[in-house]
Amino acid sequence: MALSSDTLFLLGVAVVKVVVVLLVLLTAIAYIVWLERKLVAHIQSRWGPYRVGPYGLMQPMADGLKFLFKEDIVPLEVDRFVYWLAPFLSFTLAMLTFAVIPFGGSFKLFGHEIYLQIADLNVGLLYIFAVTSLGVYSIALAGWSSNSKYPLFGGLRSSAQMISYELSLGLAVVGTLMISGSLSLRDIVNSQTGTWHLAGTNTFLPHWNIFVQPVGFIVYFIAAIAETNRIPFDLPEGETELVGGYHTEYSSFKFAMFFMAEYANMVTVSCIATLLFFGGWHGPVFGPAWLHVLLPVFWFALKVFCFLFFYIWTRGTLPRFRYDQLMAFGWKFLLPVALLNILATSFVVAWIGT
Amino acid sequence: MVPVFYIFAALTIIAALSVILQRTPVYSALSLIVVLCSLAVLYVSLGAKFLAVIQVIVYAGAIMVLFVLVIMLLNAGRERHTEGSRLARWLGVPLLAAFLVEILSVIWNGLSSGAVAPPAPDAGPAAVGALLFRHYVLPFEVTSILILVAILGAVVLAKKQL
Amino acid sequence: MVPLSHYIALSAILFVIGAAGFIFRRNIITVFMCIELMLNAVNLAFMAFSRFRGNLDGQLFVFFVIVVAAAEAAVGLALIISLYRSRDTLAIDELDSMKL
Repeated sequence: MALSSDTLFLLGVAVVKVVVVLLVLLTAIAYIVWLERKLVAHIQSRWGPYRVGPYGLMQPMADGLKFLFKEDIVPLEVDRFVYWLAPFLSFTLAMLTFAVIPFGGSFKLFGHEIYLQIADLNVGLLYIFAVTSLGVYSIALAGWSSNSKYPLFGGLRSSAQMISYELSLGLAVVGTLMISGSLSLRDIVNSQTGTWHLAGTNTFLPHWNIFVQPVGFIVYFIAAIAETNRIPFDLPEGETELVGGYHTEYSSFKFAMFFMAEYANMVTVSCIATLLFFGGWHGPVFGPAWLHVLLPVFWFALKVFCFLFFYIWTRGTLPRFRYDQLMAFGWKFLLPVALLNILATSFVVAWIGT
Repeated sequence: MVPVFYIFAALTIIAALSVILQRTPVYSALSLIVVLCSLAVLYVSLGAKFLAVIQVIVYAGAIMVLFVLVIMLLNAGRERHTEGSRLARWLGVPLLAAFLVEILSVIWNGLSSGAVAPPAPDAGPAAVGALLFRHYVLPFEVTSILILVAILGAVVLAKKQL
Repeated sequence: MVPLSHYIALSAILFVIGAAGFIFRRNIITVFMCIELMLNAVNLAFMAFSRFRGNLDGQLFVFFVIVVAAAEAAVGLALIISLYRSRDTLAIDELDSMKL
């Protein structure tokens, strides 16, 4: 089959995009780990990593090397195949979500419009939910295959927790979907261009969904913390009660994959929060043409960084929930609030629409 | 698109065979998840992206999680052969083989005329939603009652005492 | 474009595999999973017919089948759990208290 030069060009662009996104993402994950250690240390009046490189900046490299060269201990009587499958599944699924996340606008290259996004699906948001909903398996299977009490408890807890909070997570974003009228992440961001006009006067507030969907955003963010198994919802791995939860029996590089997947998931949910509620890459743009391309990416990264900072901040501040409190909170508070938010939003949307 | 169909059709059949041949329930469940995901790919090849995503979210992401959870909870191990399974094998294999041959021959004779596909309808979320809430609104409402009944049933059955 | 008959043939093969598992397997959870497999075989047929008829009604059927499957899984698994609690077994041959 002969490929035209246009097709080859677009194929090359796609490959370049995938490689760049993966490289940036993996580096970012390494430095989020560094940031977390440093920030939590300062919150607790410690120094954190400071020996490897200036401010401990080379610490991620040292950690990575340590993970690679440590002995890979496999306990007796584990279910070999599933034990091996779980970390790979968790890492792959965490990476897959970035295929549909738009990082910025578009620019022209050799007469082709190139979007800063790997693929624009018309069901982009649902695709992300589909991939993250499969993430439960990696944790449940890791817990089951380890053939040990604590991981099994961690796996069972996390399956229940993630199914419960997935509901609130999905329902919390329905309000924004009704406002923008699309499931494509690019369209959702584009619907947030400009500023809010109230009764004919320009309020100079950016046209972001957060100003009309504050309840949706709060529910989304709480559910997102629970989905990524972070403090205060880190029941599946609670060190003080379950040793290490589902990854107790994992060591070396398999453990590192769980670790990286957790941080990649944090980045994913922060990206979605930015795209749905905070206008994605929109922000003040000025200067020459190349700055018009780079500034949106910078705004996007800055917003995502703020969310990641908030994540680490909560970790340094809040204690862990008890398991029954966690379930009661998810089902008896978050879910009804999310449903009421949908009801109210749909009335307003219908009222404005007519 | 054509090689995509045959690759994933083969994967679906292999995984489906694995569902019924594995002795450990967790492996059966994992194989079934592979079947569901590769069916989602086939749905995409039929132009139904929305339903493909729904299939992964609801079937693979929720229903099968429930199965895996129950298997883990009851710690279901390998199953044993019994008298009943031997009887089922002697009677079942010829019957099912005959059934398969019959279906395939009907399909071959009835559909081999080479039906030409009309242009793909717009199967985005908006189109599916419009059809669902206009034409099929009554069935949709009835399913909500069905789900309510299912929730009540599950709670009543699984609770030790009410 | 792959002809319609290939989709339907795949659907038939999946259905028969599911039926075989339903007959041969002795673990009640696996039997349940074979039912899901058969439902999915039917879904594939609905999708293929929907595409080749050029309208969306088949897809809506798949949508409803998925909803019913979710309800069925919830009730069925609750039944299995309460059976296991009272009988301490998952083998369908041993669940025969209706016999004389």
